[in-house]
Amino acid sequence: MPKIRVMPTLLFKDVGLVKGVAFDSWRRVGSAMQAVKVYNMREVDELVYLDISATSDGRPPDFETVDDLADECFMPLTVGGGVRTVEHVRRLLKVGADKVAINTAAVEQPALIREIADRFGSQCVVVSIDARRRPDGTYESYTHAGRRPVGKDPAALAKDAEAMGAGEVLLTSIDRDGTLQGYDVELTRLVCEAVSIPVIASGGAGTYAHMAEVLREGRASAVAAASMYHFTEQTPLAAKQYLREAGFPVRL
Amino acid sequence: MKRVAVVDYGMGNLDSVGRAIEECGGRPIVTDRAAEIETATHIVLPGVGAFGDGIRNLRARGLDEILREHAVVGGIPFLGICLGMQLLGARGHEGGVTDGLGWIEGEVRRLEPAGEDQRVPHIGWNEVAFTRASPLFAGVDTGHDFYFVHSYHLVCRDKEDVLATTPYCGGFVSAIARGRIFGVQFHPEKSQRLGFQVLRNFLAV
Repeated sequence: MPKIRVMPTLLFKDVGLVKGVAFDSWRRVGSAMQAVKVYNMREVDELVYLDISATSDGRPPDFETVDDLADECFMPLTVGGGVRTVEHVRRLLKVGADKVAINTAAVEQPALIREIADRFGSQCVVVSIDARRRPDGTYESYTHAGRRPVGKDPAALAKDAEAMGAGEVLLTSIDRDGTLQGYDVELTRLVCEAVSIPVIASGGAGTYAHMAEVLREGRASAVAAASMYHFTEQTPLAAKQYLREAGFPVRL
Repeated sequence: MKRVAVVDYGMGNLDSVGRAIEECGGRPIVTDRAAEIETATHIVLPGVGAFGDGIRNLRARGLDEILREHAVVGGIPFLGICLGMQLLGARGHEGGVTDGLGWIEGEVRRLEPAGEDQRVPHIGWNEVAFTRASPLFAGVDTGHDFYFVHSYHLVCRDKEDVLATTPYCGGFVSAIARGRIFGVQFHPEKSQRLGFQVLRNFLAV
């Protein structure tokens, strides 16, 4: 089996990195370049970099910034935010992204998933799904950085994306985002059971035990986290040491 | 200094490969021109993409013949990475059935899950177990993790071509060599310390 992946998430907005709570209340957490250099030195498994204001601002991805970051990034890099065309994907891959995440475009123009997969292979298409629990316990998917409901539950959306050729799902619980209260395990499990492509669990990680829980109960292939690295003393390396003791295959 | 032709056929993560070669002490030249490939000390064929598009792009630029002339006939050390390794096979099954470069006997087929929770694409860090010794892996122990991101793999007909395998989806070939032609299914440019060791080893060939 491939090792489970422990992935820091970097959210870019305006001029630097931010982290919020439930896709709101953004706080500045430093420069992207500095974060990339630190994670590169620490040899993390993979990095996720999302430009969260690109779509809302009607901007394409900032290729120059990604180029600069990727030049310092000798580890796998997934880039998202504002990706709307095959040409955007081509340019991101060329400047150093290994995978490209699409969220709003995956819902508004699902054929784009097929086009990207046909041209660059499924392995580089990550469909990013942001989800919120409804009062009745079911789930709703969102686009536009959590602002627009899709009218579809995330498991169905993931299944459709897989059928179109998506190679991975980055699944984020908006409710748990930034709370440090733990991943939405039920949400993760629903999506993991609906598809046979890897699923990255995101949103809510506060402790290493939360990671073990979503890997075991939620059946995720990878765990993304941001706040717990920005605002606590916990690190990806210590997370992997913990997970190894808990019986998971990790790369140390 | 080693002059490394990084072959540009519109498919690759060219910058990542180029930057890693720089870090490993080589001078990358991203090119699709015969003159630059001919005078290189090493050739790298990167690749992120589908097999069918990849081979069509190579042929459209005449690179299939240029690479054959200088790598297979001329003996310039050659490294194919990911799709760049798969394209060496005789035939691919991604995006329709298409002929590959045919330097290595074998076909490129989709990974088939061999058990529950074996998800495809195969994304992440996994073991590379050597089946024989090679200068490509000098200083690297067998069984270490490298970074993979792929849905297809090269099924070699001649076991002599196989350098290493990886235990996933029933086991697949993760590195090959025939003479000075090498191929790796993983991404050395993204595999940090050990990946750089493999690239330095290649530059020393």
